[in-house]
Amino acid sequence: MKRFLSGLLAGLTFGVGLTLSGMTSPAKVQGFLDFFGNWDFSLLLVMVAAIGVHLPLYRLVLRRRAPLFAPVFNVPKSRILDGRLLVGASLFGVGWGLGGFCPGPAIVNATANLGGVITFAAMLFGVGLYEIVFAPRKAVVDHSTVTQTA
Amino acid sequence: MPDASIVYPLAGGAMIGLSATWLMLSVGRVAGVTGILSGLLTPKTGDINWRLGFVLGLLVAGTFAFGSQSASQLVSHPKPWSLLVLAGILVGFGARLGGGCTSGHGVCGNSRLSPRSIVATCTFMVAGAVTVFALRHLVGGPS
Repeated sequence: MKRFLSGLLAGLTFGVGLTLSGMTSPAKVQGFLDFFGNWDFSLLLVMVAAIGVHLPLYRLVLRRRAPLFAPVFNVPKSRILDGRLLVGASLFGVGWGLGGFCPGPAIVNATANLGGVITFAAMLFGVGLYEIVFAPRKAVVDHSTVTQTA
Repeated sequence: MPDASIVYPLAGGAMIGLSATWLMLSVGRVAGVTGILSGLLTPKTGDINWRLGFVLGLLVAGTFAFGSQSASQLVSHPKPWSLLVLAGILVGFGARLGGGCTSGHGVCGNSRLSPRSIVATCTFMVAGAVTVFALRHLVGGPS
């Protein structure tokens, strides 16, 4: 229950922040990505402010031995720059430019209108497609690991 | 009165930074929206409730925001729906393949000074800019 409420509080704050900042407006996002036209720089400030707040506070948080409601901090440690990262980020960027939304705003906008429902469903399908394409490989790896330890 | 086009993005961004900090402090997880969502599609025991809470929070925030203002004013999708579907699939699939999106890489990863996140952020910014350039200045003129 504590973990559910922690997630809820984070999601609410995140969602209000996205809406307030203008990130949920596809037109504004496309204006931000229009470097060669009438560039709207204001959304750059969203990332600047978010990192400006999170970078120092994150370091403070990690001084603790553990989170409040979990045994360990779960932080990605990979430093490998591979093709997947570059291809994935490129595909993501193309979609972001085409539609003017990224995953957070797509969820926030899901209840706004029919366009929001469609974009949310399509985004969810894209995430699911990745699981379908890459999940069987993972399952085989998991299975062999289990067999070996057993 | 300071310019609203500067204050709102800064205030909203600060809230996003606080949210990410709270999620790390409380459950020890990165506030990457794509990762949180994909964990709900492939649920593991004991790892669902905080994800459900987060997504529910985003939906509730959206509902309140659009309840107080005209939804069509805030979120207008003037493009053909086929384009929205294509964009959505690319966003979802690409973010998963690339290990994160604007939140996971753009906010959280960059705050950790992760080289992967810095490269990913530059990559999707450039790809997005090239796409909007092609849309606005090559294909259909200003939209």
